[in-house]
Amino acid sequence: MVEPVDTPAPRRGAAWWLPASAVVLVATVLVTVTVGPADLSVADVWRSIATHVGLGGPLGLEPLGALPDGMVWELRLPRVLTAAAVGAGLAVCGVVMQSLTRNPLADPYLLGLSSGASLGAVLVLVAGLTVLLPVAAFGGAVAALAAALGLAGAIGTITPTRTVLAGLAVSQLAAAATSFVIFWSATGDSYREILSWLMGSVAGATWTSVAITGVAVLVLGTLLASTGSVLDAFTFGDTAAAALGVPVARVRWLLLVGVALLTGALVSQSGSIGFVGLILPHAVRLLTGARHRLLLPLSALCGASFLVWADTLARTVFAPREVPVGIVTAAIGAPVFALLLWRGRRIA
Amino acid sequence: MTTHDTSVGPVETRISTGSTGSAGLDAARVSWSTSGRLILDGVDVTAPAGAVTGLLGPNGSGKSTLLRVLAGVQPPSGGDDDGARVGFAGTDLLALPRRRRARTLALVEQEAATDLPVTVLDAVLLGRIPHRSLLAGDSAEDRAAARRALEAVGATHLADREVTTLSGGERQRVHMARALAQEPALILLDEPTNHLDIAAQLDALRILRELADAGVTVLAALHDLQLAAQHCDHVVLLSGGRVVAAGDVNDVLVPDVLDPVYGVRTEVLTHPRTGRPVLTFARRD
Repeated sequence: MVEPVDTPAPRRGAAWWLPASAVVLVATVLVTVTVGPADLSVADVWRSIATHVGLGGPLGLEPLGALPDGMVWELRLPRVLTAAAVGAGLAVCGVVMQSLTRNPLADPYLLGLSSGASLGAVLVLVAGLTVLLPVAAFGGAVAALAAALGLAGAIGTITPTRTVLAGLAVSQLAAAATSFVIFWSATGDSYREILSWLMGSVAGATWTSVAITGVAVLVLGTLLASTGSVLDAFTFGDTAAAALGVPVARVRWLLLVGVALLTGALVSQSGSIGFVGLILPHAVRLLTGARHRLLLPLSALCGASFLVWADTLARTVFAPREVPVGIVTAAIGAPVFALLLWRGRRIA
Repeated sequence: MTTHDTSVGPVETRISTGSTGSAGLDAARVSWSTSGRLILDGVDVTAPAGAVTGLLGPNGSGKSTLLRVLAGVQPPSGGDDDGARVGFAGTDLLALPRRRRARTLALVEQEAATDLPVTVLDAVLLGRIPHRSLLAGDSAEDRAAARRALEAVGATHLADREVTTLSGGERQRVHMARALAQEPALILLDEPTNHLDIAAQLDALRILRELADAGVTVLAALHDLQLAAQHCDHVVLLSGGRVVAAGDVNDVLVPDVLDPVYGVRTEVLTHPRTGRPVLTFARRD
């Protein structure tokens, strides 16, 4: 008989990471919403928000003037919240894709899902069928994923690098088609619009964007984030997962469709923002190790904070100019991508 | 127990389990084909409980495939209409729900690698997945089982190391511990001694012996006939996807059986201390 061994928590302080990162996220939202070119004081911003959420009366606050109030409530807050939802969702998608495909380079952007979703979204917007936006973006993401995996499989054994190459081909094609459709149809500033789909941007976020991305993340993100045990089972590959009683093929398709749905919903509001799904999971794994039970929710919270700060940089560093947030995430993410390629060179 | 020369065709003898098939593994008519080619052709294999059974055969004879089909990770295909049956302790393993099957049998693959920064304890805890709800975390019982499994393979001191930093022998022990954490009554291993130095090979085989002594049914694909002769109770010899011979080590590991299968000239000596067969090989020409 083995004596009972008391096992400490897997890594020191692990129990605090989730609450700590949640606090960081809330603080991030409260701070970044006050950052901006317009001459708004921190107190003004919070006064506006407090009034809108019904705390103005109890706290005895004076409502803000219509113009500054609109700046906060109609522009800045939806933008920050959309960035948070998109960041959280993309990070979860990255974790799930990396685990299911056992590919450290997998992410919705590199495998072409985001570009496919952008194309789907632009097509229905041009056709005036705005109600179909999330559906079309989902369709585009699924088609792109199927094309990328199909192409990767057709050129030989599916390796991480081949998958990324196939994703690149799909992604370039979808991006070209997206650009073409916008050129063909747009009357105004088509370059700006093309750029915001290809590089990703939350500059135009409204409360509708918050609702779509927020609901998608809360519903699909929570479902995906609850699959930790199943994703753990894939640690040593498909056969090992099957031997642990996981229905491998069914799980893979269900989860990849879930990822495509979530990516579609996010991209329909933000365009294809790159590298969030790639770098966040890797950074968080350094803290938590590979177990998904903690990795998934922590990646979501950190991804949310990350993208909010990236977007804050995008709109303030070159003020009054604004750059698409995708430039900021690429500036951080591309070197990380290069590092992962370097570390994974033997599995190419 | 008799064996047959391959020149008269693939006829196999069954190991008598001394009962009506209720103890140990009793699989029949297992076939598997890919793109029209039959890799396994109606294989019957038995492995008694409480013994170490070696699955032998040249490269490409179907050892790994057979283990994967027996483990239920690859459905049988291409056989006759009769259908495959993988009986174990009175139930058909292939008919069991996946999770229940994963609580009955564990598979230790040959090359199960990961690039992920997973600790040894976490890797072993994966073996608890079939024992708990998919939404639950590790229970105290799960951790205790993982600790017991690590202790059984002598890897307790590795618990906090990352799997990617281990030597081949240490990693093999961790994979065995992961299988043991499933608390299986049947364990299937694919070349558990491959790429290990001789001390690590003996460690791995000692663990299999201890499992068998504890009543577990052990079926291990082995490359090395010499190791099989020293450490197995029974062997099943595959060639070209068929069972050529099966039975007691002393009956199967004989020149008449081995020479045609491997294309070599075998000589069997007797170990002066253990009395077990010691094999030497020479080219046939």
